[in-house]
Amino acid sequence: MPELLRFQDVNTHYGDLHVLKDVNYTIGQGEIVSLLGGNACGKSTTMKTIMGVVRPTTGSVIFDGVAIETMSTAERVKRGIAPVLEARRLFPRMTVYENLEMGAYTRKRGPDFNQDLERVYSLFPRVKERLNQVSGTLSGGEQQMVAIGRALMARPRLICMDEPSMGLSPLFVEQVFEIIQEINRQGMTIFMVEQNANMALSIAHRAYVLQTGKVVLSGSAAELRRDPSIREAYLGELQVT
Amino acid sequence: MTFSDLLLQQTINGLSLGAMYALLALGFTLVYGILELINFAHFNVFMVGSFIGMWTLQLMGINGQAVVMTGLPLIGVMLVALFVTMLLSGGLGVVIERLSLRPLRNVKGPAAMITTIGVSYILFNIILLTVGADSKNYPNPLPPIQWALGDAVLRLREVLIWVISVLLMLGLHVFVQRSKMGKAMRATAQDPEAARMMGVEVDRVIIIAFFLGSALAGAGGLIFGLYYNFTSFIIGFTAGLRAFTAAVLGGIGNVPGAMLGGVIIGLVESMGGQFIATEWTDVIIFSILVLVLVFRPSGLMGRVAPNKS
Ligand SMILES: Nc1ncnc2c1ncn2[C@@H]1O[C@H](COP(=O)(O)OP(=O)(O)OP(=O)(O)O)[C@@H](O)[C@H]1O
Ligand SMILES: [Mg+2]
Repeated sequence: MPELLRFQDVNTHYGDLHVLKDVNYTIGQGEIVSLLGGNACGKSTTMKTIMGVVRPTTGSVIFDGVAIETMSTAERVKRGIAPVLEARRLFPRMTVYENLEMGAYTRKRGPDFNQDLERVYSLFPRVKERLNQVSGTLSGGEQQMVAIGRALMARPRLICMDEPSMGLSPLFVEQVFEIIQEINRQGMTIFMVEQNANMALSIAHRAYVLQTGKVVLSGSAAELRRDPSIREAYLGELQVT
Repeated sequence: MTFSDLLLQQTINGLSLGAMYALLALGFTLVYGILELINFAHFNVFMVGSFIGMWTLQLMGINGQAVVMTGLPLIGVMLVALFVTMLLSGGLGVVIERLSLRPLRNVKGPAAMITTIGVSYILFNIILLTVGADSKNYPNPLPPIQWALGDAVLRLREVLIWVISVLLMLGLHVFVQRSKMGKAMRATAQDPEAARMMGVEVDRVIIIAFFLGSALAGAGGLIFGLYYNFTSFIIGFTAGLRAFTAAVLGGIGNVPGAMLGGVIIGLVESMGGQFIATEWTDVIIFSILVLVLVFRPSGLMGRVAPNKS
């Protein structure tokens, strides 16, 4: 499987706080790779490092064979990386349609814009019904749909999702994960941060486990599901809630 | 004059002042909306804009009120004066942003705001030292056309001020609501980090906000000169503070709010001057500022709980 994204010995800092410590990830084209880990271990920092909102202090981020760690965020979006941000982060006083337009910000407006809109509508019929609604008034689940739709509007090659299940009812979580799988079947590569390890491992091909900024485990989802330390630390706990 | 004619007259005056304050308030609001920065340099961009308008009119051969024009030449001269004034004032705003504010972009605390105060004084002193302290007779080619409405008088200059202001504000509204850059501005105001991750180049958005705000301030400065027939290095502070009050009253960061706030402050000024006393104008206006800050800090049209997430 050709590689799409690689972290090579990445370190990041916020001032004196050392967050990512010699981190390596490899994400192949067409994969769903999940990044698991507890609070404050550096999952969102990983996403921000991919998007260029945080710059690594040392190490390299390679997308599609090109080192991107010094590129602007806009340049990375143009190259085909789109985010689904933690807590969705829609533009709350813009309409659903305008949010989708913002997803396509770096693209020229042409016929493929409408094609992509149609694609979003077919994945999320609810979104089409709400186009003119101000997105701050949508339910959490609806917002997540728009957030994923917004990422698709960039026509990316890689979507980075930060906790897509956060704050959603179990029914919605299931729907969102089905959609993620569906998008992946259509060829999209997905790198997904999750605390809901159970759900994440049920759709991911592979996963990394991050602990206080270090990758402590990695492997296929099936392997990790059988791993006793994972069962104890993440799965057991989450099955109860 | 009957009471109703007085009321009408002061409404006419207030709407003219209000249009000017609204143009000026928009600049505060555009920049605040994106940077959460109160840009005090704006006061004197307005003042400099008024001089740019004066010089442009003079370059076209209009001196004082001696040259009277009508019809197409008048419209042409006004459009050129407005265009040049807005372009150069907008450019001044961009230069201020690039030279004095961008280097402070990641500095937390009040450094940027204090810098804008410094820049404001620099502009103030440059004009004082180069053109002098006396007020300048403002070139005005408008014919003395006026209409009587009962005992109240509506002059051509007021109509002109309204037309210019309404067109500029409509233009701004359409730009912010419809254009791609306008949407990027709104997105950046609502969530700068998310906007950046959509590929918005935030520095460009900031430049555009400064350009537009300063261009509108320049238009306001030109209007000031045409309305009062004079300009001076000193006009920035009073008008600026009133316009700032207008922006806060409408809800700072809110574009329609700045327009509404401007009109209200203009009407308060004219009505207060008529029915209370001119000396009390500032007391009344700044009492409004204090009351708004105490009882409705988000302003008339602002969101009750400012929410950046
Ligand atoms: N902008 C910032 N400035 C300073 N410290 C930060 C910043 N962002 C994150 N941190 C710190 O970096 C560490 C990692 O944060 P990060 O957001 O990556 O965690 P996370 O794994 O996503 O956690 P969560 O599961 O709670 O979302 C935390 O200790 C956090 O407080
Ligand atoms: Mg996080």
